[in-house]
Amino acid sequence: MKYLKTIAENCTGCNLCMSVCSKLYFKEDNPEKSAIRVHRAANGSYALSVCDQCRACVAECPTQAITVNKLGVVLINKALCINCLACVAACPTGTMMTWRGGLVPFKCIACDACAKECPSGALVTEIKED
Amino acid sequence: MSANEKKYDIEKMRKAHKVLKEFSYELKPVVKGYNDRTLYINLATLEIREKPVPALMKKKFIGGKGYDLKLLWDAVSGDTRWDSPENEICIATGPIAGNTNYPGSGKSLVTTISPQTGIPIDSNVGGHFGPYLKFSGFDAMEIQGKADRDVLIYIDGNQGKVQIMEAPLEATDSHVVAEQLHEMFAANEREKQHLSVVSAGRGSEHAWIGCLNFSYWDKRRKLPRLKQAGRGGIGTVFRNKKIKAMVVKYSGLTGKSNNPVDMETLQKTGLKLHKEIISLDDKQCHMRTIGTAHLVEIMNDYDLLPTKNFRFGSHPDAKNLASWVWKDMFTQNVPDGCWFGCTMSCAHGIDNFELRTGPYKGHKVLVDGPEYETVGGCGSNPAIFDPKAVVEINFYCDTYGLDTISFGTLTGFIMDCYENGILNRERCGGLEMTWGNWEAALEMMHQIARGEGFGLIAGKGIKFMQEYFAKEYGADAQFLKDIGMHGKGLEQSEYQSKESLAQQGGYYLTNKGPQHDEAWLIFMDMVNNQIPTFEKKAEALHYFPMFRTWFGLMGLCKLPWNDVEPADNAKYPEPNKVPEHVQNYVDIYNAITGDKIDKEELIRQSERVYNFQRVFNLKMGHGKRVEDHPPYRAMGPVTVEEYESRAERYDKALKEKQNIDPTGKSTEEKIRLLRQYREAQYESLIDAVFKRRGWSKDGVPTVEHLKEIGMDLPEVIELVKKHL
Repeated sequence: MKYLKTIAENCTGCNLCMSVCSKLYFKEDNPEKSAIRVHRAANGSYALSVCDQCRACVAECPTQAITVNKLGVVLINKALCINCLACVAACPTGTMMTWRGGLVPFKCIACDACAKECPSGALVTEIKED
Repeated sequence: MSANEKKYDIEKMRKAHKVLKEFSYELKPVVKGYNDRTLYINLATLEIREKPVPALMKKKFIGGKGYDLKLLWDAVSGDTRWDSPENEICIATGPIAGNTNYPGSGKSLVTTISPQTGIPIDSNVGGHFGPYLKFSGFDAMEIQGKADRDVLIYIDGNQGKVQIMEAPLEATDSHVVAEQLHEMFAANEREKQHLSVVSAGRGSEHAWIGCLNFSYWDKRRKLPRLKQAGRGGIGTVFRNKKIKAMVVKYSGLTGKSNNPVDMETLQKTGLKLHKEIISLDDKQCHMRTIGTAHLVEIMNDYDLLPTKNFRFGSHPDAKNLASWVWKDMFTQNVPDGCWFGCTMSCAHGIDNFELRTGPYKGHKVLVDGPEYETVGGCGSNPAIFDPKAVVEINFYCDTYGLDTISFGTLTGFIMDCYENGILNRERCGGLEMTWGNWEAALEMMHQIARGEGFGLIAGKGIKFMQEYFAKEYGADAQFLKDIGMHGKGLEQSEYQSKESLAQQGGYYLTNKGPQHDEAWLIFMDMVNNQIPTFEKKAEALHYFPMFRTWFGLMGLCKLPWNDVEPADNAKYPEPNKVPEHVQNYVDIYNAITGDKIDKEELIRQSERVYNFQRVFNLKMGHGKRVEDHPPYRAMGPVTVEEYESRAERYDKALKEKQNIDPTGKSTEEKIRLLRQYREAQYESLIDAVFKRRGWSKDGVPTVEHLKEIGMDLPEVIELVKKHL
């Protein structure tokens, strides 16, 4: 499956990935609308959270709005989503995202946009066995 | 399953439809959880119209069961019987219903004057019909009058159209007709999930214990699932009106369909409960994997699982019906909510179940359930410990439109009568109604569906049979009364209440009859000893019925209230109320409606409707203390066998509670003494409960109380004054 691999020790906390993601999908520079999140830990290091395409949400969705494409990437069909947020609760990595006022959740689809822009090599799109 | 066999011709059925009446209405969005209009249909005059909801009705009756009861009250007189043309079937939701992000928000409430009790019955049911009716434009619908041939009612919530049409060719049995209609009314595969069907079945045509099935489309199984408005014979009224089915279609559901005032609070509260359920359910009630059937072994261990017509509370073979058996039988093991966004997802199913009897013998069908009540009623109570037999009874009850609780409890009663010589093979039309004989039980049900033989008598319920057996066979009326597990004509649901005085009240001081949806106090009372005095029992028998009535006003399911609890619930005062969840309900109600209630006003909203229902019973010539008593088997041992099976317990009770030394006394004498005490205790309980509820000694709500709670409508006051 295709997924966005994170190498947290390379992260410098520039937050460019969040900016790239939210601008690409929501046309605004807003970390709340980014599918990848950068967290600063107490010791000064950074942690990155992003969907690993595990599919727990696929099983939970009552309308089958969440499916897996040929590359193994989990996608949300907005037209089928009834906004129950069950997928958000079921996500074991906390990376099925919502924003205040938003109805349909969103998530990383391993598009590679952030990885291409990352200046420190903390993000790379990879393929792994299912 | 017919799904795989497709023996029916949809086009032929469609062509046979003849539209008798069509009504168009203006589509409007739901505002703050309400449409403020209801739908009226008369099948005799073919009148269809919308009715505005007056401000006073909204204020006093809130929604759901409140709306149903108000509409029904206005439609019937004290002389109305279940089969009178003016009797109605009312279906309503409530302001929270249809919300997609708080678990358990998709319930419909159904009422009618019951064939079994002669008073209003209310039944709470999942499936998609209610929410789709609401988003189609109606907070409730009422169906009055009788058609002279089989009809179908179709509501198109996207076009604003209601039709009554002749429907001669569709099946009557629910698992077939639901599938036919999902296929017929959906323009494409996706639309099947935008439809819901209400149907009954052939059994409903001949029995008084008929139920309704509310469907939802299971996208993964590609079949309709069926949830039941089971209690009190609503399906019987449905078929008496010659309604074959009702269909609603609504496309366009979103999390905002209720147009709530505060979406953020709604989402935040819903998400909190979703997470709680997903993280804790495996450690608590296993609703997501097993559902209510997880209770079987717990009830058996505490001597609460009814066996042999409630003689006993446990059985060594109950392990054959335990949760792990069902877990193995349930297929797919995917979230199975009966409304969108219910992560509690307790509706499980068994695919490809091969039937061994009846008209569908050899078919491989999808069976919804079984749930706990069905296992207790149709399994342990008639001592049927073959799980496959229980599943088959479950299936046929559903598709024939028969209530599994009533069927199970009345089958236990029949087998008890059989063992006691009141019935025999001849009187049962050749059926050998011995304990555990599942083939005879099923054949009796097939007789009900065919409208023949002993099934016709059995299907009328225990109250009818008591009178019939006494009159026709000279059976001892007192014995029949003692072992006939019904109240007000409704069969008791499946918990032993013998050792819990509070639960005896929880069952028999109810408005509609002994159903567990008002109060389940057994553990509080018997195991944890938290309500030892009459006053404390009375307080519980006030609070819980009122609190639980509120689910029925809202279109909510009770299960997510306390079948999952916050991890730290026990550290708060009154953990039995699950205080955090009560606050959730206050928050989501306010978030949708813009109202500003607190948990006290929540109870007050229910009190108004609860008392109204009690007065409604009076209107129908019932509703007084004399009808609030359990059969003695719900209170203690009726027979020597029962006493001696738990002799240590009862001897101890005589000693400790009555200061009577049982040594040297015959069992008959001890039964008499124990009974005297327990019946007196129950009278004291009634006194305390009526006082707490603001009712007279005779069980009539007082004028002062009705004024205090704000249910002082002139017609209500006028009625109670006649009885005070």
